[in-house]
Amino acid sequence: MKHFTYERASDRTDAITQVAANPQAKFIAGGTNFMDMWKEGVETPERLIDIRKFPGEITVTDGTLRLDATTTNSQVAYHSQVRDRYPVLSEAILAGASPQLRNMATTGGNLMQRNRCSYFHDVSYPCNKRVPNSGCPAIEGINRMHAIFGTSDRCIAAHPSDMCVALAALGAVVQTRKPDGETRNIAFKDFHLLPGDTPHIETALEHGELIEAVEIPPLPWAKRSHYLKVRDRHSYAYALVSAAVALEIEGDKIVNARVAMGGVGTKPWRSPEAENALIGAKNNEESFIAAASAALEGAKPYQYNVFKIELAQSTLVQALLTVNSEQ
Amino acid sequence: MVTEMTSTQDRTNIQAKTGKNIDRVDGRLKVTGEACYSAEFPLEGIAHGYIIQSTIAKGTIEAIDTSQAEQLPGVLAILTHQNAPKLNSLKSKNFGGGYPGENFLPLQDNQVHFDGQHIGIVVAETYEQARLAASLIEINYDEAEPMFDLEQALEQSERYDPGERLQPSWGDIEGGLQQAAVTIEETYTTPLEHHNPMETSATTAEWHDDELTVYDSTQWVMGTRGMIARGLGLPEEKVRVISHFVGGGFGCKGFFWTHPLLAAIAARKVNRPVRLMLTRQQMFSSCGHRPRTVQKITLGADNEGKLTAIRHHTDTETSFVGDHAEPCGNITKMLYACPNMEIKHQIARTNTGTPTPMRGPGETSGTYALEAALDELAVKAGIDPMEFRIINHADRHPQSDKPWSSKHLIECYQRAADAFGWQNRDPRPGSMREGDDLIGWGMATATYPGYRFPTAAKAQILANGKVIVSSATHDLGTGTYTIMTQIAADTLGLPIERVKFELGDSKLPIASVSGGSSTAASVSPAVRSACEAACFKLIEMAIADNESPLHDYQAEEITTEAGRIFVKESPEIGETYEAVLQRHNLPLVEAEISPQDKGSRYKSIAARTKPGIVEDEGGSDEFAIHSFGAHFVEVRINPRRNQVKVSRVVGAFDVGRILNQKTARSQIYGGTIFGIGMALMEETLLDPHSGRVIIHNLADYHVPIQADIPEMETIFVEYPDYHLNPLGARGIGEIATAGIAAAVVNAIYHATGKRVRDLPITPDKLL
Ligand SMILES: Cc1cc2nc3c(=O)[nH]c(=O)nc-3n(C[C@H](O)[C@H](O)[C@H](O)COP(=O)(O)OP(=O)(O)OC[C@H]3O[C@@H](n4cnc5c(N)ncnc54)[C@H](O)[C@@H]3O)c2cc1C
Ligand code: SF4
Repeated sequence: MKHFTYERASDRTDAITQVAANPQAKFIAGGTNFMDMWKEGVETPERLIDIRKFPGEITVTDGTLRLDATTTNSQVAYHSQVRDRYPVLSEAILAGASPQLRNMATTGGNLMQRNRCSYFHDVSYPCNKRVPNSGCPAIEGINRMHAIFGTSDRCIAAHPSDMCVALAALGAVVQTRKPDGETRNIAFKDFHLLPGDTPHIETALEHGELIEAVEIPPLPWAKRSHYLKVRDRHSYAYALVSAAVALEIEGDKIVNARVAMGGVGTKPWRSPEAENALIGAKNNEESFIAAASAALEGAKPYQYNVFKIELAQSTLVQALLTVNSEQ
Repeated sequence: MVTEMTSTQDRTNIQAKTGKNIDRVDGRLKVTGEACYSAEFPLEGIAHGYIIQSTIAKGTIEAIDTSQAEQLPGVLAILTHQNAPKLNSLKSKNFGGGYPGENFLPLQDNQVHFDGQHIGIVVAETYEQARLAASLIEINYDEAEPMFDLEQALEQSERYDPGERLQPSWGDIEGGLQQAAVTIEETYTTPLEHHNPMETSATTAEWHDDELTVYDSTQWVMGTRGMIARGLGLPEEKVRVISHFVGGGFGCKGFFWTHPLLAAIAARKVNRPVRLMLTRQQMFSSCGHRPRTVQKITLGADNEGKLTAIRHHTDTETSFVGDHAEPCGNITKMLYACPNMEIKHQIARTNTGTPTPMRGPGETSGTYALEAALDELAVKAGIDPMEFRIINHADRHPQSDKPWSSKHLIECYQRAADAFGWQNRDPRPGSMREGDDLIGWGMATATYPGYRFPTAAKAQILANGKVIVSSATHDLGTGTYTIMTQIAADTLGLPIERVKFELGDSKLPIASVSGGSSTAASVSPAVRSACEAACFKLIEMAIADNESPLHDYQAEEITTEAGRIFVKESPEIGETYEAVLQRHNLPLVEAEISPQDKGSRYKSIAARTKPGIVEDEGGSDEFAIHSFGAHFVEVRINPRRNQVKVSRVVGAFDVGRILNQKTARSQIYGGTIFGIGMALMEETLLDPHSGRVIIHNLADYHVPIQADIPEMETIFVEYPDYHLNPLGARGIGEIATAGIAAAVVNAIYHATGKRVRDLPITPDKLL
């Protein structure tokens, strides 16, 4: 293997300083995503700065839920505040990976996890994400798992996270600290970037910028929320499509709605189109079907993923029917 | 657990442990990590190999630049076609065409025939150094257009002709179709699939002068020994192959691949032992796969539901460097009675690796298509699918007209159907629901040939009271260690703890490949006969010995029980095995049964076994020998989500005598799970431009996980098949995989009204 150095950072400042000092340095948290790519030669770090042992706490201030970046996926999913107030988040996390992986994986790592495109993971292929301007074999290759929204002629890889779909729906905020000490609050929709001409740049983070926490605003009606994932097997598989939904219903009217989808976008895909279609509509199947078609409007499928349009629609309808029937 | 038999009155002690729920005798070794697998032998001075693979599917290697890699610290040698030793052809009379595995010799020229072909090996002090060095080797190819589209290959590529054996036909197929009141003609496709055992293949090779020892994760130590010897031009006696534990094989370790030869030549080159362990990624191109099939099935039945015509045409593929192909039609010619039959196989050569048997080669893919088609015909004829199968039951082998050695398929249908509750099925598709979920019930027949291969075994009765029995067979996690220990213990009337069974070493008495679900049926009679023969030697010694209480008795008057030989009529006259040996000052007595030995010649002992046991070797020309079974499956599908959940599986199996309930059941569970995987998720994809395998890890190659598998109920209708062997046991394994995919597919139809004829049935296919 290629030589590298590894250090466990003493605190956040130390971690940031160390990574910032070396362009080939990386944070490592649970390692569940990073190690896979490292073994495949997709990632070739010179230096690894381990942040996993940083305290990972879940706190609530004025109704805002704050997840330290190093909270584990399991810890968040089973936290009583998360389960009660944001079921969609708990369900999304539990729909991902496996218990062993979730025990290791962290909130920050989940936001930063890279995609599952087979060409990206095999260094014998060109890939614009791995080697800028080398080409994208997926566009005319096996693209069954790929995105139908937010693609470019440079990259069509789908964002793989489940947790992030729920966070997108909930309008989370990512708190970071840059090497110069400045802290930022990045709206979730601005955190992940579309591939455009630079698919190798995936998030708004600078090199050495550390995710410190994710905050979820109080959203009392998100009690009525749900995550539904369709996959090729019943656990331990990435989403073909998924839907994160929350509804506020008064009488027979929807007064507030959140909709985001997984498996369809090059980033976690919030759908204001579906939300607009729902708000003010009746809480019945007809409205849900209308919202689902609004959500999929403008989707651009590729040879092997045309099915995602219909499957995403029906999944979204099912998710909405499920939250609607709750209470 | 039954321990030592004390009752000398019980003359049927072959039943004492055999058939019981005995725990695996190697279980503790495995869970404590003490079991030593092929990549774990701690040899002194071991060096590590790493395979270099082609990254094109077809072409010529123009140049390999190893200069950078050679400079790395720790690198000991790099072998490519430029500097590898010449190897000898692997072909022989025994393995002409059709030999599963590759005839292909590595590193002999610069031609690339498939993606991931082994084109070199790096040897270094550590695994990591070898791997890094391999990544620094630069290869220039002159790429050619690979042939990998099956349809196109059948039109344009070379074909492999499997000979008449795979193209049987009888009767008048067109006439049969004309007579039919209902017909169907549909095409069923199965994808490329990989075995993916937990243990990736590994070889450790060590030379002592001109003698080679190879620790190899193989299902066939004797075959591997033969191939290595032939490839290297060594006499077989100079090669020893050891395979004590195999972490699953499912076919991909059954035949020969290039990595053992590479390890052997690398070890000779560096003059040190070399360990070569394939990575998970390399398992997708180094040791075979189940090839793609396109199966067109035409069926006709008359008004009563009797089949009038069966036509089964299979298009499939093999590689340019081997000949194995999937014989899908083999089961079609024997499963149902039909006067008019036409089986055809067309096999194209493609630039893929060589296919190899995988979990029921032919039987699994073939029963999927046939049993799905039969369901379609039954529905069209308006007859219950189980009833339809009973109507067409083959009372004799349809092709040879031989009687079956032992066939209880109808009982399997009935017992599984009862346990499942099949009589409550509403046949209308989509008619059964629970909440939003559609419920579907489907069934299919299972079958697998009863194989028995020539096998030798040796038994040693030691003066310390222990017994060591051995045969060069294998335990792939299937339970061979355990059931052979049970059989030996029962034959000699000893507790399990006093018996040790040794396997997986080519120095031991010869056994054949542990494939085709043959091991239990092949090895157990040899083990029993060897134990009897060793005991008989003791009896002869006692008779001849005037210090023995048995002196001057006739052998026929003497029997054995609980570690004693004694007079049948007066059990108090006798002595222990140890007493005889100690008096003669012998450390042990041993006997070896060779594959030619016809059964047990030791009537004095055999006489006390169960009445009815046929004392010959079975596997006769008179009978057709097959295992049978019936699968019943329930699926649940949310129609918006389209994800199929298999919620219930009941199977009944006619597999002869059960040697160990626990290991037998585990075999059925494993086989059933494979079939569910095949039906719903397993598939290896090729890149449509380069023809290269693009899925090579267990996150993307989906095999079922816990959440996909329901509670399974397994029923054994236990009828010993003494025509196959004196123990009446047929092998258990692949039988459970055959048919289950069709049962799932038929249940999906019943739930949704949709016929998906292209496996796997992932959610997108149900839209
Ligand atoms: C087999 C398998 C199946 C999976 N299935 C699913 C699934 O179905 N759904 C799903 O959503 N996920 C799935 N996952 C992905 C899993 O959720 C991620 O691997 C995990 O969330 C990553 O977290 P980690 O802490 O291990 O990250 P690491 O692997 O440690 O790090 C990943 C990246 O994040 C960066 N990073 C980590 N923490 C920070 C931080 N605080 N600030 C800045 N950068 C940081 C690292 O530098 C690295 O680049 C699967 C993973 C595997 C291996
Ligand atoms: S889709 Fe993106 S990640 Fe995949 S090959 Fe193309 S550029 Fe690379």
